[in-house]
Amino acid sequence: MSVTTKTGQPAVYNDSVVRWFSIAAVIYGVVGMLVGVIIAAQLTWPELNMGIEWITYGRLRPLHTNAVIFAFGGCVLFATSYYVVQRTCHTPLFSNALAWFTFIGWNIVIVSAVITLPLGITSGKEYAELEWPIDILIAVTWVAYAIVFFGTVGIRKVKHIYVANWFFGAFIIAVALLHIVNSAAVPVELFKSYSAYAGVQDAMVQWWYGHNAVGFFLTAAFLGMMYYFIPKQAERPVYSYRLSIVHFWALIFTYMWAGPHHLHYTALPDWAQSLGMVFSLILLAPSWGGMINGIMTLSGAWHKLRDDPILRFLIVSLSFYGMSTFEGPMMSIKTVNALSHYTDWTVGHVHSGALGWVGLVSMGSLYYLIPRLFGQKKMYSVPAIELHFWIATIGIVLYIAAMWIAGVMQGLMWRSVNPDGSLTYTFVESVKATFPFYVIRLLGGVLYLTGMIVMLWNVVMTALQGRAVNAPVIAVNPAHA
Amino acid sequence: MDILYLLIPLSVLLVFVIIGVFWWALQSGQFDNIEREGERVLRGD
Repeated sequence: MSVTTKTGQPAVYNDSVVRWFSIAAVIYGVVGMLVGVIIAAQLTWPELNMGIEWITYGRLRPLHTNAVIFAFGGCVLFATSYYVVQRTCHTPLFSNALAWFTFIGWNIVIVSAVITLPLGITSGKEYAELEWPIDILIAVTWVAYAIVFFGTVGIRKVKHIYVANWFFGAFIIAVALLHIVNSAAVPVELFKSYSAYAGVQDAMVQWWYGHNAVGFFLTAAFLGMMYYFIPKQAERPVYSYRLSIVHFWALIFTYMWAGPHHLHYTALPDWAQSLGMVFSLILLAPSWGGMINGIMTLSGAWHKLRDDPILRFLIVSLSFYGMSTFEGPMMSIKTVNALSHYTDWTVGHVHSGALGWVGLVSMGSLYYLIPRLFGQKKMYSVPAIELHFWIATIGIVLYIAAMWIAGVMQGLMWRSVNPDGSLTYTFVESVKATFPFYVIRLLGGVLYLTGMIVMLWNVVMTALQGRAVNAPVIAVNPAHA
Repeated sequence: MDILYLLIPLSVLLVFVIIGVFWWALQSGQFDNIEREGERVLRGD
């Protein structure tokens, strides 16, 4: 049953803003991954920066991370959270004007990043490089996002708040807090500021921010997507809804203090390092609980994996989530970290989470969303989704396997000493030994990017074939309200 | 390590806020008849 507005018109969900964010996400995905491929090639053949300062590794690397995390990932999150909160609350967005404001604000942030980072304008804080005027715009946009999201939850027509909304809500609040504390700075001119913290204090704030950004931006929020799109695509309820609630509370209670594991064997007090390690190990439990819950949602419907490539994207993303949330706690153990830190193993770990978990769950969810946003039953080409799935998966495997081998090799070479106590290898020997693995990593990245380009083509064709439609608001069945 | 005098109280405060929200969820019946809520998303939205 549909709902009518005060003027008697049938009420519709605000799917326009969802549509724009979805399309933007796919485009930013291609751009961000292309920059990733370029810098992977530069690491292999350093001459590729051609002596032009704007395209040197140091400037393109933050552009890559900002583009894939905040432009691609961010737009996916805006799109899916707006879509999910409207459906599960059975009401249109709280404020269309503010929702559009978030779209414009977020895109201005992205364009500013594209301009300032290659120019070398940076605060130098990893994953928070943007200078203070842009930081202020991020904060303002984020407040608007919070108002739209929580406002919509506030006017919901069902008493229960669906678990996905809890994850999205925690993500919005946590990111606001992290961003404001970590970006505190003293401006000296329009595009130059100094952090409010110095030395090891700054390092601690930075990784308190950095790890929680992984925890809330790249994990909690994407788990919110997982808890909506997997049940929808599989047409089965979450395996254990009760466990999903436990997953949520356990995760948000324990995430905040994992950050110091990024600072093992530094000037950070030893007890703070150990605290970070312990909290990281504890996190294995809720992470795996959630992963098992997501995968087991398919119990009794495993056959759907055989011919539904979208479901395959979503379920394989969970296996990468399980892998990287096992690998992460292991790497946080100080003795393991003594080998792995500063090597390419860390890069492999990040990308197993980023390409495998965040990337695949986003692509799966977008493949679910886009046909619906354009009034279609399915994407223009289902075989193209299949193709995308396979080249992306092979790309990830090549990438992370190459980085594992390179990382362990580097760690072993750096710590190897001769009987007289001198180092067995010079640093440059380890760089030379890494060359073949950089080539394999580049190949993996090219495959992953190719998959994304196939997706862009498929999305454009779906959009051209269909027309933009805003779905009607469905009333809550009174028997179930 | 003066920064810990900011970050630890902030995190503890956050834990209390989370406990508060959890308490609200419990008291307002968010967890009543819970498995049924998982099925609702499949019934047309």
